[in-house]
Amino acid sequence: MRMPDKSEFLLQVEGVSLTFGGVTALRDVSFDIRKGEIRAIIGPNGAGKTSMLNVINGFYHPNRGAITFKGRTRARMQSFEASRGGIARTFQNVALFKGMSALDNIMAGRTLKMRRGLLWQMLRYGPALAEEIEHRNRVEEIIDFLEIEAIRKVPVARLPYGLQKRVELGRALAMEPDLLLLDEPMAGMNLEEKEDMSRFIIDVSNHYGTTIALIEHDMAVVMDLAHRVVVLDHGVKIADGTPDEVKQNQGVIDAYLGVAH
Amino acid sequence: MVVGGSFDTFPKLLLRNAAQFGSRPAFRHKDLGIWQTWTWTQVAEIVRAYAAGLQRLGLQPGDTIAIVGSNRPKLYWTVMAAQTLRAIPVPVYSDAVADELAYVLAHAGVKFVAAQDQEQVDKVLSVSQRVPHLHTIVYDEPRGLHDYDHSRLTAIHDVIEDGRAALAANAALGGQIDELIRHGEGSDISVILYTSGTTGASKGVMLSARGCIDAATDTVRFDRLTDNDVALAYLPLAWVGDHYLNYVQGLVAGFCMACPESGETIEQDLREIGPTFYFAPPRVFEAMLTRVMIRMEDAAAIKRRMFNYFLGIAQRHGESILTGKPTPLSGRLLYALGRLMVYEPLKNVLGLSCVRVAYTAGEAIGPDLFAFYRSIGLNLKQLYGQTEAFLYVTCQPDGDIYSDTVGPAAPNVDIRIAESGEVQFRSPGMFVGYFKDQAKTAEAMTSDGYVKTGDAGFFDEKTGHLKIIDRAKDVGRLADGTMFAPKYLENKLKFFPNIKEAVAFGDSREFVCAIINIDPVAVANWAERNNIAFGSYQELAGHPLVYDMVAKDVVEVNRALAEGKVLAGTQIRRFLILHKELDADDGELTRTQKVRRGFIAERYAPLVTALYDGSHEADISTEVTFEDGRKGVIAARIKIRDLQTTGAREPLGRAA
Repeated sequence: MRMPDKSEFLLQVEGVSLTFGGVTALRDVSFDIRKGEIRAIIGPNGAGKTSMLNVINGFYHPNRGAITFKGRTRARMQSFEASRGGIARTFQNVALFKGMSALDNIMAGRTLKMRRGLLWQMLRYGPALAEEIEHRNRVEEIIDFLEIEAIRKVPVARLPYGLQKRVELGRALAMEPDLLLLDEPMAGMNLEEKEDMSRFIIDVSNHYGTTIALIEHDMAVVMDLAHRVVVLDHGVKIADGTPDEVKQNQGVIDAYLGVAH
Repeated sequence: MVVGGSFDTFPKLLLRNAAQFGSRPAFRHKDLGIWQTWTWTQVAEIVRAYAAGLQRLGLQPGDTIAIVGSNRPKLYWTVMAAQTLRAIPVPVYSDAVADELAYVLAHAGVKFVAAQDQEQVDKVLSVSQRVPHLHTIVYDEPRGLHDYDHSRLTAIHDVIEDGRAALAANAALGGQIDELIRHGEGSDISVILYTSGTTGASKGVMLSARGCIDAATDTVRFDRLTDNDVALAYLPLAWVGDHYLNYVQGLVAGFCMACPESGETIEQDLREIGPTFYFAPPRVFEAMLTRVMIRMEDAAAIKRRMFNYFLGIAQRHGESILTGKPTPLSGRLLYALGRLMVYEPLKNVLGLSCVRVAYTAGEAIGPDLFAFYRSIGLNLKQLYGQTEAFLYVTCQPDGDIYSDTVGPAAPNVDIRIAESGEVQFRSPGMFVGYFKDQAKTAEAMTSDGYVKTGDAGFFDEKTGHLKIIDRAKDVGRLADGTMFAPKYLENKLKFFPNIKEAVAFGDSREFVCAIINIDPVAVANWAERNNIAFGSYQELAGHPLVYDMVAKDVVEVNRALAEGKVLAGTQIRRFLILHKELDADDGELTRTQKVRRGFIAERYAPLVTALYDGSHEADISTEVTFEDGRKGVIAARIKIRDLQTTGAREPLGRAA
């Protein structure tokens, strides 16, 4: 196999370790994410998957190791750098503004793209208005894309869980991210909702060309969606490769099915 | 007033509209949250370009082009463009499963398909092996289709652009299209509408341009529709109702068709557009009312009292005020106040504020439901029709309305009742024949040129209006010879908000039994208010308290039946509540949501047997189809309830 050239990587994680007091969440984990691919991070409960995402988007700072994002290497990523640099994410437990409409929630995703200051926006006049129309247009495209026209004006607290997840994906997309981090996008969904969400993830990848890293428990989904899979267990990377390779890997099978000691 | 007049084809009407109502809106469609509008002039130009593009792709006069999707301007324009080329549009139900689709596409021998989106394109591609003449698929929404093989696939947008460029480059092409329009004749087949298949495989009903336009001219005059009217085009494209009420009447009267943003946003779109002409099947009106009532239950006490008080006023005076009968002054004043406080705000919430003419048809409508809408000032009327008539056979004139009749014959329609009790008619819009099916056509007609509706009915003596009882072939007899009209019973049951569907059995049996489907919305809400916990539809349906509640409704129906002489013997002795909702995907309902009694009797044979052999429980396991087409099995043990019949001649519960 040809060694991919450096510029093909959007993100590289090298030797990252993360501890909370005496607990080691991640131990010397290295992997990379290529531009445009769907990369899955899987592992049993407590394997460190969410910690890994939190390290990537700067919410946690690793004790050791480095992260290279878009060619810039940092020991630690700051949250604002991550979001300005084009990393957006959704959360394992939906984190939306419950009282706001689906539309307003997605508009909130445009905040970083707004150029006019608070005062202009409060006046909602002239350039601020033109800007808002432009942002609204982008948001409407996302609403159309995710087929949530019918719930545009509905407060998200009143929506079923599957739709809330979709709104959250919409908000992340509104940032026009280069790297989209999805933390268990299909947790708690029924079969139909899962299939819808899978289709949207594939569509996002095809349509917007967004690079996606996702954590998922449903193995069938991961095998269908992901181009490459990283497997973590107890904070250690135990496998890395295409879904087929990973499926054959004895370490992975042991980690998931348990092994007699 | 402008109507069809001497215009005998749709392309000619389109040109007339462009000349006469040029700057008036012809189509609206909500896209990216904003209503986009096209005037008649713009539509005429687009359709011309589209026709040129389709011609360049090879669509010839006489070819058929299928249209699969929901109500989108581009799909309506496909109908117009096809008619411009003297090709024949064949709208197909967008929720048709692959097999149904394959049947229609192959039977109609379509050369082109216009599909709405990736989902429909996928479906067409999956059956393309079985459609030998299929040449090209055009689509409206490009999303997801980027990576498809485009050798046989083109975006409608590109077809229009290509046609526009070709027209600009080559003046002769425009001349050719004008020539086709000029040569179009009223006797051309303007559309083939496939029936929903209540009985066996669906048949292609061929309609002529002249017939369509004449029929619509009459009803446009009847309801005084003009270019100032607006309709929300949300009914299935392939259904005669949409083609007639929106497309044909729209072209004849020159009114604006507004297409909803998506299937789920119809309620909101209705409010935003505020149509003046509105059609909905009874179940939509029913769902609307159920929703209002549920919300009123949760409203503050003072609002609820105001609501109930003014509904009472409306019940007393609304109908007479709407039809212009004398009403006491106090009644008028109270009604005016009610209008301010309740009726108008309510109609506004429902999106019915501007409606001048509303129709319902397809199924019998509950008298209370019908009276409710009329009492709050909505001019709701009934019509009776079928695809073979190009919709209208009868319709109720303003001010002459009864809930249990479907009105006198529509303008220029002759109706007679055959000796068998069957309703037969002759009308300007009546069909030319079934496509490729001479035998069936002959079967559907009498020797003197009347169409057999297959419905049993009679003219009401008091009013002279037509009453429909049931499908002629469904009217049966109990073992003792009592007449049994299943649909009549089912409708009576369905008028209760808790009952969504009902299937009555009794033909050649000793007594009548029913299988009932509860309404999940109404019953779930009731359960919630009464602290009844349930995890699934199945659990709710089997709950003893739900059985008690439904039993009350059935007893009510029996009481009503006992009052009339003819049907007193067909009271319902035993019933059960089905563990799943009847669904068109499982073949239990037609695509127009009518129950297929025979199929249900076969599929649930163990249950029907149990109803008659006296057992109190029965096991059933059935295959169900999920929305994505996969199949699964659900099993249940279902309880059966015996009922006391009013004035019953035999002791009850013979097996109990």
